[in-house]
Amino acid sequence: MTEVSIGSDSRANESTLLKQSRREEWALLGLASPAILTVLIVMVLPVGWLFYLSFLADDGSFSLEHYNRMLESKSYGRIFVTTFEVSFITTGFCILIGYPLAYFLSQLSSRMAALCMLTVLLPFWTSLLVRTYAWLVLLQRKGLINSWGIDLGLWDEPLKLVHNLNGTLIGMVHIMLPFLVLPLYGSMKAISADYLKASSNLGAGPTQTFWNIFFPLSLPGLFAGALIVFVLCLGFFVTPAVLGGGKVIMVSMQITSNIELFFNWGAASALGVVLLVITLAILLAASRLLKLDNVLGGGH
Amino acid sequence: MSWLNKPASETQITHGQRLWLYILATVIMILLVAPTVIVIPMSFSASQYLEFPPREWSLRWYEHYLNSPEWIQATWTSLKAGFFTMCVATPIGTAAAYGLFVTKHPLSRMFYVLLITPIMIPVILIAIAAFYVFVQIRMVNSMFGLVIAHSILALPLVLIVISAALKSFDMNLEMAARSLGASRFTAFMDVTLSQIRFSVMTAALLSFLTSFDEVIVAMFVSGGDNSTLTRNMFNALRDQIDPTIASISTIMIVISSSLLILTQLFRKSRD
Repeated sequence: MTEVSIGSDSRANESTLLKQSRREEWALLGLASPAILTVLIVMVLPVGWLFYLSFLADDGSFSLEHYNRMLESKSYGRIFVTTFEVSFITTGFCILIGYPLAYFLSQLSSRMAALCMLTVLLPFWTSLLVRTYAWLVLLQRKGLINSWGIDLGLWDEPLKLVHNLNGTLIGMVHIMLPFLVLPLYGSMKAISADYLKASSNLGAGPTQTFWNIFFPLSLPGLFAGALIVFVLCLGFFVTPAVLGGGKVIMVSMQITSNIELFFNWGAASALGVVLLVITLAILLAASRLLKLDNVLGGGH
Repeated sequence: MSWLNKPASETQITHGQRLWLYILATVIMILLVAPTVIVIPMSFSASQYLEFPPREWSLRWYEHYLNSPEWIQATWTSLKAGFFTMCVATPIGTAAAYGLFVTKHPLSRMFYVLLITPIMIPVILIAIAAFYVFVQIRMVNSMFGLVIAHSILALPLVLIVISAALKSFDMNLEMAARSLGASRFTAFMDVTLSQIRFSVMTAALLSFLTSFDEVIVAMFVSGGDNSTLTRNMFNALRDQIDPTIASISTIMIVISSSLLILTQLFRKSRD
């Protein structure tokens, strides 16, 4: 008798406990609801609306005309090519410059690393516009770089460094570099010195150890950084708009002019949808290779 | 120069063999910092054309800025927008980070990804989408519209910073407080929050800066009396190289580097 009553009692307890913990789970999820509602109302619904707009013709009927125009028009094709070109080259230069820098930082004592890291963090915290402005001033015809170059006899005529592709790339590499260095540095710091010691003890030279042990172990961080840079470049606007001087037209700039100059929401939305799909496809493909939420610091 | 022959790492490579790396890294670090820093002396130049080093020093571009009602108005707008964004994004972001971190509900991962998306998708999309909706409900050029649009851009950063802090926090401490009779809320406020308070401050500063530095959303949804500093700067930059911007840039550099120093101090006092 007693056994049975204890049994049913604990069953009852179990179910109330379960109910309680389930209620608690929902309450905890509820804590996220203000943030989720804000994102839904201010971002997800409006972007969905744009998606819908991109399938409407001027008279309001359903059509694929905006997408057709994008496929047929040469200028749209060129804009996508430019966007990819600029993003690829910027990412490439960031890898070339960022890898040695991250490696150097990872080898320093923690005090020195913190100090040198300020040179990466300071631009990271400085306004994008300020940095773009700084390059505009430095690279102009009579700017510091041209006048020093001529004074030192490196070149005779002022080089065309700004209001073209050169200027855009210089500015973008400078702005994107911290996005590559920070995750790369993190992954380099996480490499255990024991592996390197072991390799060295087994007779591998420093170069061999670097290429066979250190470099492969740093690749996830490099991929993560390169991915962030590439995706950010795809949607970039301010720097190419200012330093490109209207000669380097990227997708985001075309979206802006479609709205500001022509008030053509359909065309702008279609471009936006394509840009979004490309960006999400790249992120999705990358998320199979590496854990994206680890890169972004969250998750469990 | 004997240190050159000393091994620099576990792999017995010497500093001397690595000298090229030191030189290269130094050049890159100078290139990273120099462009921003060089704007500061230029802003004190008396000349119409920005020179470095300036031949004559003056404060004329600062005077020009301080005497321009438009620039001052825009500065106030940016400061206000940054402040309100901080007040919105930090609490709702912290609550979300905590809720999603503690719960084991299968939806939490999905919600985390949803809240992170604003930094992954191109800002231009968020900007025109918000603009389109704000036009319909007549909220363009309003401070409220600007602040909530900026808040969703700041949310991912708050979430990332707070989640990282919670990961390194020992949840058993909160459990202990609750087993001693504290409610979940009290336990969170007294134990967890006070442990992660430096991260919360960092998240708040980041939200402020996100809004303060933001250009594209502001370009579309702010205007008139609520035009932000960056919006005005961007418009001025597209037209010509105005030395007034050098003085404004200097002020912005001072603001952001002092915020950076603040966060570094937070980190120090945590260690």
